Amino acid sequence: MKRWLTSPALRPIWLLVTLVLLWDLSIRVFRIQPYLVPTPASVIGQLVQEWPTLWRETLPTLYATLGGFALSALIGVPIAMWIAYSRLVESFVYPLLVFSQSVPKVAIAPLFVVWFGFGVFPKIIDAFLLGFFPVIVATVQGFKSIEPDVVDLARSMGARPFKIFLKFRLPQAMPAIFSGLKVSVTLAVVGAVVGEFVGSNSGLGYVLQKANGTFDLPLMFAGLVILSLMGVVLFLVVEMVERWLMPWHASQRHDLQAATA
Amino acid sequence: MNKAVEQGTALAAQQGAVLIEGRGVHKTYRTLDGEVQTLKALDFQIRAGEFVAVVGPSGCGKSTLMKMVAGLLPISGGELELSSKPVRGPQTDVGIVFQSALLLPWRRVIDNILLQAEIRGLPLAAARDRAMALIQMAGLAGFEQKYPWQLSGGMQQRVAILRALLHDPSVLLMDEPFGALDAMTREKMNVELQRIWMTSQKTVLLITHSIPEAIFLADRVFVMSERPGRIVEVVNIDLPRPRSLDVMGSEVFAGYAKRLRAHFFAAGSLDA
Repeated sequence: MKRWLTSPALRPIWLLVTLVLLWDLSIRVFRIQPYLVPTPASVIGQLVQEWPTLWRETLPTLYATLGGFALSALIGVPIAMWIAYSRLVESFVYPLLVFSQSVPKVAIAPLFVVWFGFGVFPKIIDAFLLGFFPVIVATVQGFKSIEPDVVDLARSMGARPFKIFLKFRLPQAMPAIFSGLKVSVTLAVVGAVVGEFVGSNSGLGYVLQKANGTFDLPLMFAGLVILSLMGVVLFLVVEMVERWLMPWHASQRHDLQAATA
Repeated sequence: MNKAVEQGTALAAQQGAVLIEGRGVHKTYRTLDGEVQTLKALDFQIRAGEFVAVVGPSGCGKSTLMKMVAGLLPISGGELELSSKPVRGPQTDVGIVFQSALLLPWRRVIDNILLQAEIRGLPLAAARDRAMALIQMAGLAGFEQKYPWQLSGGMQQRVAILRALLHDPSVLLMDEPFGALDAMTREKMNVELQRIWMTSQKTVLLITHSIPEAIFLADRVFVMSERPGRIVEVVNIDLPRPRSLDVMGSEVFAGYAKRLRAHFFAAGSLDA
């Protein structure tokens, strides 16, 4: 029982419970007005009461996030491979990509509304714009991290470039690719919400906007709770895929050791 | 010691056909500062079944020489032949062992060895049997399913050697294979390598920093000068086989060591 209570998986939950208790306590001690900060109880109340609406609005945000994340992976990884393989491409494309990251997404999001309307598509683009950069940076680094001697080893085995890619470079780059994907998926959530903020009539971003407009702080916090949970769950899903694909990786060794011991 | 064995080995090495031959092989790198000559014209012959060690100071072009024999680096001029055919592009009848084991972390020991067969498209069932036999020989039985990080440095390097032997190449090229190991493991590996060489009858070209290692293992030692490297002396090591580590304490051994070391002290370099 005691071991169960202190298990690593539950530790963040205990921290969370502590923080929520502190939140509640500070409201009581410092007499903070509910129109400034709602009580945890009222937020949970809204979560329960508005659950059908909240769930309905969660789905569009989820779709936009997943769409943007999928695009980030499908476009980001190949571009990164291209950059890693060719110095010429790197010198042309990489600085431009870095430049594109300093453009504030919130500022150009309304443009996508003008171009593509109020549907899910502009949100996907916003999620993509935030999500693809970490994928590229991590993947480039992953592909470049191969030792030159490994390539020589492969060549001495008679491996052609495609085989060197498939059997040596790609597996070598996988851990880095996945660390990029994990950052990307949480940023994609932010991107989707930014898209919903600037022009939408559905989604959690829209709920946040509306709740803000009506000073319904408990509902706003409830929306934030769901958004955070969505980020956490998506992160964990990517991490599970990573564990499944790469049981050998250093970050998972203690599990393996436990399993073989 | 056993005179018959001594003469037998020396004879075999002398009688073997020339397998690797260099005539005026040299190497020049192009850098931003212009051309840098790494290797002066080298002339050498390595016979089939012979164990040759190359010693020389850091940066003298030892590794460059090995990579050229493997066909991984083009030569700048001269002629270089392996099995009477000019070396052009990566050679497939060689096995290479690098300074670090370079085992793929996502593959288990057995799969790291089988990689050689996989890339070459050799029949996998037969390769697996051979891999298992090699694992037995190297004393790695029971470790087939381990990942590289679960092995000690010496064991990793043994796996790398087995990978280089899997396709039964006639030449084994080793670039400071034990440089990263501690002194005691290194000596054990030297004995191990001698055993593998004596049973497999491969031609070995061993690049090393260690003078004792070169004397202990080689039939002949090529001594290279500082950059631009050239072969300044070829020393025949006339010690009976199999050599035990005790031979390192003998006077003959000390004599060879003194003779080899003289080259580097004379050149003002202590790192060999």
